[in-house]
This record gives sequence, structure tokens and C-alpha cells, in this order.
Amino acid sequence: MSSILVQVIVGGLLLGAVYALFSSGLTLIWGMMNIVNFAHGDFVMLGMYVAYVVWALFGAGPAIGVPVAALLLATLGIIVYFALIRSIMKGPMLAQILGTFGLALLLRYSAFWWFGANYLSLPENIVGGTFDVFGIRIQASRLLAGVVALVVTGGLHILLTRTTLGSKMLAVAEDSSAAQLMGIRPDSMQAIAWAIAAGVTGIAGALIATFFYVVPTVGETLGIVAFVTVSLGGFGSVPGALVAGLLIGVIESLSAYWIGAVYKDIVVYSLFLCFLWFRPQGLMGKS
Amino acid sequence: MRLKHVLALVGAAAISVALAVPAAAQDKTVKIGAVFPLSGGAASAGVHAKFAIETAIDIINNAHPELGNLPLAKNAGLAGLGGAKVEVVFADNQGSPATGQNQALRLITEDKVVALTGAYQSGITLTASAIAEKYGIPFVNGESVAANLTERGFKWFFRVTPVAADFARIYSDFLKDMKAAGAKTDNVALVHDNTEYGTSVASVITSVFKDNGASISQDIAYAVNATDVQSQVLQLKEKKPDVVIMIAYASDAILYQKTMQALDYKPPMMIADDSGYSDPSFIKAVGKISQGVFNRSSWSVGAPGSPSAIIAEMYKKRSGDELDDTAARQMQGFFVLCDAIDRAGSTDPAKIQAALKATDLKPDQLIMGYKGIKFDDKGQNILASGLMIQLQDGENYVAVWPKTNAEKAPEMPYKGW
Repeated sequence: MSSILVQVIVGGLLLGAVYALFSSGLTLIWGMMNIVNFAHGDFVMLGMYVAYVVWALFGAGPAIGVPVAALLLATLGIIVYFALIRSIMKGPMLAQILGTFGLALLLRYSAFWWFGANYLSLPENIVGGTFDVFGIRIQASRLLAGVVALVVTGGLHILLTRTTLGSKMLAVAEDSSAAQLMGIRPDSMQAIAWAIAAGVTGIAGALIATFFYVVPTVGETLGIVAFVTVSLGGFGSVPGALVAGLLIGVIESLSAYWIGAVYKDIVVYSLFLCFLWFRPQGLMGKS
Repeated sequence: MRLKHVLALVGAAAISVALAVPAAAQDKTVKIGAVFPLSGGAASAGVHAKFAIETAIDIINNAHPELGNLPLAKNAGLAGLGGAKVEVVFADNQGSPATGQNQALRLITEDKVVALTGAYQSGITLTASAIAEKYGIPFVNGESVAANLTERGFKWFFRVTPVAADFARIYSDFLKDMKAAGAKTDNVALVHDNTEYGTSVASVITSVFKDNGASISQDIAYAVNATDVQSQVLQLKEKKPDVVIMIAYASDAILYQKTMQALDYKPPMMIADDSGYSDPSFIKAVGKISQGVFNRSSWSVGAPGSPSAIIAEMYKKRSGDELDDTAARQMQGFFVLCDAIDRAGSTDPAKIQAALKATDLKPDQLIMGYKGIKFDDKGQNILASGLMIQLQDGENYVAVWPKTNAEKAPEMPYKGW
């Protein structure tokens, strides 16, 4: 195997880990709470701006930017739940779609108003530049994002399968009124889920900002991949989203390298549709 | 009783006079529509276009005798229409050809604009100008370079900027000169997005190079607003072209520069086709890792105190950014349109069209470095020209070619970071 090909695959894996990272928050909301959050990409965008502002004001890298983004976004998640989601959940599906879509536009245009339309960027060496491993270039910022993706996926998986809190959240997702009869407060569980999902999305944004440009519309560019990753991985399956993210990353990179970048989305989405044809519940979703 | 009636009448008359005064003043405004990407992926370009047009409005509507021979600067308003003020209605094309078309329709039918300008992306200029053509409203474009825009037999479309073919010839001549100076220029790679702009510029460069006995050895197309460009950069790294020509909007341009640095890829020579690489936020974001990239331009600030330097200063005060080539070309387009309305002495579209056809501006009447402005039957400015600039220090582009216009000698090879 040529070293360039290895580089393509390594690049694809690192890219896929990032896809997995910013999809995990969506898995939680979409897969468990059954709400399609169209504002997800714009949550990522806000996380990126938090990282940028932390750098611009204090000169600090992701060591500060990531926790700050996680906290701020988690708070935003709770506010969004109580101010918007709680009431639109009672409405028809269309109200949920339009509600979160409206939220997406509100966040996007607030960012336009506050930050302007200029492209912003963190310094290239904010996470320690790039290093060589047997002639393969690995960008420290992407590697960090990849490692965090693994940690976050593992953490969320343990939370949902091994802890009481996780079981309570799943119970609410499955049957809210039955859970209530068992003494679980659906409201607090949902709010916690939103806080975790938004917080994780904030982490993702703050890390992506270390190697991607920051602009109010960046959520649009990244958002669609998150939806595909979650449905390929299986609704509500956090490990599924990781595997799906890695798969999409590698397939994208290889098809862009072999066939051409302009065709890579055709390859990815036709494989995606074929796969759903045979397995509509996704890689690791329950049928 | 009688007195009361009289008073009431006088009062009513006074009110109607008071109402009539602004109405009369309103008659003396000329409404022009401007379609730009004020949101969406190219919003940065659109917002800067808006600043450029607003700077031009300031120059036209107020007296600026310091700007020399620049038409419409000396006195306030349009002299040909009794000092009428110019008003611009901005519309957001959202980066979509369909939206651009709808906005053009709205500006013509509801806002009753007498002429249009815009729309930045060639693909949107294509659709928006088709509506203007249908309604018989002049459309003056200052910045879109796709060749086919002036190949449609339109009667109401006028383009001030040099087009892709002009720039392709500049690249070809520039590379011949560099080859004579000892640089390797045999293998040329094109990297371009799949928009109207990217595909048309790439195909024009390919054919112009072929006519000049050169060829394109690698052609990398990608979907606009990419999430990742590692594979494309690796394709370049594998083929090792001597020259890479980048045709990309700002978002992708920034991602390419970041990725090239991460993968440690430096082509010996890199030429950028304006747009993304001229965006002020591109230089701020990745200028320091793009040192030595060549670019095309028709804009040069000029000596301090010169009209172009004063305008650049006015623009910077308004926008906070340096005036770049794209925004300057947009401003030039707008001046050409307003100059034609002024000479037409009327807001009748047919008269403006006739005045546009008769446009004959000299170099000292322009803010751009064109040889003049004169339209052919297709509506293309035949005197448009350009030069090569280079981002030598990662902060400011300087003119490097042709020699007559050069501020500094071209530096090679591409330095990167």
C-alpha cells in the first residue's frame, strides 16, 4: 500500500471520528427523545464561536475553550428545552420540525449580527501542530478530536447502559407516562438529556474550531453529515454513531481520492440508501 | 364660523403642502436594486459588496471634489437629473440561484427599481439577469466572470469586469514569463468547485492554455462548501504538479490552505483565481500560511492621496476591512450604472440602456486599473484588464506582474508558512 493511500485512510478515520463526535449529541436527542433537532449544526457553530472567543479574549486553547463551551452549551440546552421543546413536543411532528428549524435560524442570524459574516480561524498550532508517524502526517488537533470522540462515545454509552440516570432517561424515552408512574420525572430527565446533548455538541464545536474555519453558516455545512451519521448508526445507538462516522469518513476519503471529490457524496449517499434498504434500523439500532 | 372654515382650509392646505414636499423630494430619488449574498456561505463577500455600494452612494450623493475626474463625485446627486439622489434597495440572494431570481423579480415589480446590479456568484447573476432581461430593466454586473453570461444575446445585460478568458490569458502569459525566468511550469493542476463559477473558469483556462500550446495535467473538481479536502490535497501531493491553480470561494479556500499546511504540501507555484483568496477574511484567517500565493486583480490602492486611495480609506472606515479586488470591481460596476443614468438624464430603462451602450470612460475616470470602459454588442467591457499580485508577507497583496505595473518582483518558490 502506498504511503499516500495510508494517509488517505488515516485522514478518513480522523475525519470520521469528528463526524461521530458532533453526531453523538444528536443521537441522544433524535434517537432517544424522538425529536429532530434541526438546530444541531448551529449548536456546533456556537461551540466553535465559544472556542474562538476564549482564544481571542484570553489567548487560551481548547483546554479552557472546551469546558467553557460544554458548560455554556449545556445551559443553552436546558433553556431551549424549557422555553421551546417542552411545549412543541405536545404538538404535531410538523411543529417540532418548524420549531427547531426556527431555532436554527435564530441562532445563525444572531451569530451573523453579533460576529459578522467574516471567516474566523484559530492559529494552526493551537493544539501542537502536526507530527509525522512513519511518514504519515497526523494533525494534533484532529487527533485530539478523535480521542475525545472515543471518550465521549464510551462515556455516553456507559451512562445510558450502566447507570440509574441512564435507565431513567431510557424509561422516559420509551414510555413517559409509565415512567412517571414509577416515580421518574420526565421533565427533569428530558432537561438532563438536552443539557448532556448540547454540552457534548459544544465540546465537538470547540474541538472542530481548532482545524476548521468559523462562520455563522458553518452549521449548515456540517449539520447534514450529523443526520446521516445518526441514521446510519441506528437511532439512539451511541456506539452505532461512532462506527457510522468512521465508515462515512473513510468512504468519503477513499472515493474522493480514487473517483474524484465531486463524486464522493454520490458514493456515500448511494451506499447509505442501499444500506437502509436492507437494514432500515441502521447499523446498531434495534428494529 | 366663516373664519373657522377659512382656518380649516388654510390648515388643510398647509398639511397638503407639507405632505407634498417630501413627495416631490421623493420624485428626485433614483431607485436601484442590488442583489447580493447577504447570508449563506458567501455572506462575507455579500456584506463587503454592500459596504462598497454604500461607499459609492456616499460619493455620488454628496459632493467630493477631492476625487478628481471620477464621474458623479464633484457635486451632490446626479446632475443630469437635477441633483437627484441615488437610493439602493438591497436584496439577499442567500447563495441560491432561485432566490436570486425571485429577489430580482421582487425588486423590479414591487420596489420599481430602474436598474439592477449584482449578484456576485456567476450562477445567480445568470438567473437574476434573466428576469431583468424579461422586464427590460438594465442589469450592470461588476464582478461575475463566467463566460456564458454575455453569450446569451441579452440586450439589457452589461458586464464591466474582465472575464475568465482575459484572466486565463494573463495566467498563460505570466507563466510563460516565469518559465523564461527559470521556473518549471509544464505540469499545471486545476482545483475548482462545481459551481457555475468554478466549472466555467476551469474550462476556459483549459482551452486558453491549449490554444497556447500548454496543457492541464490534473483537474480536480469538488463539491462547493466542502467538509474535508484531505483527499484532494493528497491527489496533488501524489502527482506533484509544478503549478496549482485554485478556483475556490472563501470557505473552501480557507480549508484548502489549512489542509495543505497540515499535510505539509507546498506546490512550487500556486495561483489563485481571485474570489476566495481575495476575501479580506481569508487573509486574516490563513494569510500567514499562504505566503507567496499569486492572485489576479484589477485593483491597486495607488499612491496616498490619489482618488483610489481616498476611496479605499472611505471604504475601510465604513467596513473595517481593506478594499479588496472583488468589492472594488462591484463598486466600479455601480459607478458605471449611475454614470449611465446621469447621462441618460432620465429613469426610463430604454434611455439608461442607450446611455450604457454609449459608455466610454477613460482610465482616469475609473477606480479600477482597467484600460477604460466600453461595451461591445454582447454587453462585455472590451477594455477590462488585470494584473498578477502576490501575498508575499501573508498580510497584503502586492502587484508583481506585468513589469510595468509591478511594485515588487515575483518571489518563488511558494513559501507557504
